[in-house]
Amino acid sequence: MSEERRDDGREAADARVDVDHHVSHYLCIGCPLGCRLEVEEEAGEIVEIRGQSCKKGEVFARQEHTDPRRVVTTTVAIDGGLWSRLPVKTAGDVPKGAVVDVCRLLHELRLEAPVTIGQVVAADVLGTGVDVVASRDMPRA
Amino acid sequence: MITPRPAHLQPRYDVVVVGGGPAGLAAAVGARESGAERVLVIDREPEAGGILQQCIHPGFGLHHFGEELTGPEYAQRAIVQTLEHDVDVLSSAYVLDVATDRRLKVTSRDHGVAFLDAGAVVLAMGARERTRGAIRIPGDRPAGVMTAGFAQKLVNLGGVLPGRRAVILGSGDIGLIMARRLVLEGVEVEGVYELMPHANGLNRNIVQCLHDYDIPLHLSTTVVHVHGGERVQKVTVAPVDDAYRPDLGRARDVPCDTLLVSIGLIPDNELAHRLGLRLDPVTTGPVVTSTMETTRDGVFACGNVVHIHDLVDYVSQESMLAGRGAGAYATGTPTPPDNVRLTPGENVRYCVPPTITTDREHTVYMRVSKPMAPCTLHLGDVYQRPLRYVFPGEMVTLKVRPRFLEGFHGGSLTVSIVPREEGGSA
Repeated sequence: MSEERRDDGREAADARVDVDHHVSHYLCIGCPLGCRLEVEEEAGEIVEIRGQSCKKGEVFARQEHTDPRRVVTTTVAIDGGLWSRLPVKTAGDVPKGAVVDVCRLLHELRLEAPVTIGQVVAADVLGTGVDVVASRDMPRA
Repeated sequence: MITPRPAHLQPRYDVVVVGGGPAGLAAAVGARESGAERVLVIDREPEAGGILQQCIHPGFGLHHFGEELTGPEYAQRAIVQTLEHDVDVLSSAYVLDVATDRRLKVTSRDHGVAFLDAGAVVLAMGARERTRGAIRIPGDRPAGVMTAGFAQKLVNLGGVLPGRRAVILGSGDIGLIMARRLVLEGVEVEGVYELMPHANGLNRNIVQCLHDYDIPLHLSTTVVHVHGGERVQKVTVAPVDDAYRPDLGRARDVPCDTLLVSIGLIPDNELAHRLGLRLDPVTTGPVVTSTMETTRDGVFACGNVVHIHDLVDYVSQESMLAGRGAGAYATGTPTPPDNVRLTPGENVRYCVPPTITTDREHTVYMRVSKPMAPCTLHLGDVYQRPLRYVFPGEMVTLKVRPRFLEGFHGGSLTVSIVPREEGGSA
């Protein structure tokens, strides 16, 4: 996400160094319209959300700005099944910043078939409070 | 989820479904629900589920199952549902031919070559990806050039990485999904290149697959040359003008060992050709009726074989209908013929089905040629509906209810989507 300082010329040179005041930009994922959203923040508080054409945009911008979260899907090595990888997912969303580390951790695992759908593969992954679960059955081949 | 294979093949089935992806599985359920007793699904892969098995990301099932699922989860539900309906699934098998009397020539690991007679046939073979050859990228022919979907199969099912540094051509959803997938598996993704001035994939995928990982998307840019001996060494990319002609004066080389192409899908219609079915020049799939019957009696078609869908949920719903039609045909229940033709008008490329009846409700799927917002969908002059927007990448669905057509006695309705002046605020 690109971020830019607010520079509306109101306070001339002083505005440029006002680190407490900035605008963040987001692309709305609510529908194909793809509204360009702007979140204006002052002293750590959101003061205005602009650019949305419906309520979804505002909700999305606020969430992305304050606490972006993602469901992680990847695969884990598995022996004895039809395929050599088992697809897994986080049972809920985790902080966006944790996604790469969750995948890194899951890459270290090696499972043995059979596994059933929903089975916990890694509990409370990285202390997020979210389990990683199998997203299919993998019987012994 | 490995589907149990039938120990014996019957010489005759009420309905044989060709393809065990989401379309074929739903069609089999539909056939059973409409009274067909012996229903067989024939699938090429060692397990049913089709492409969903390698689509490990979420985003499936919101319409059909009412919750968000990953591809494998959707597949498993569809397989369980099919088996609960006492359908036989023959995997690791291939339909070599379907004769016009609906005798199928099948080869399989378990039963060798066999001939089966079917009361009705449902074609549900899905689609194939367009390859490098479809857009004729000049240059060498080294290893390392492959479709995004094939790379997805290598990574997600086989545990094999396609390379170390990849360039992706095409911003369709499969390409975007694979960009993220490769990064999470430790492959460097140099960038995604798109011929068109806009991205083809969902905004959700632009944000969550590209922006999240700082992968650049280069619009109005394409790959103009592939370089390499044994293996890809680099590709040349160049910006294009309004007529999509590359400006070679501004070309640059991108070192990479892998080029993934994500440039669209085409219905897999070898069997449709063999059966001499009439094909729609726009969708390239078979022309179907409102019960998804093709131009051959007792041969039905559904899913990506008919037209490319963007949501599997719609595939399942359309395929249930095809299966019910096939089951009704096989059990001798007549269906009234269609009596209204839907003619694509302004900004409508095609309608599936292209014909409907006035006596029951129909779901009509259509695709537009250009974005419009806001706009109005017109069904002749009998019905209209305001739409906030339409986009070529998002299928438009219209429920045509019998009451729309009360008092309508013509044979044809033009379906069009036209711009709407908006009075109030957006």
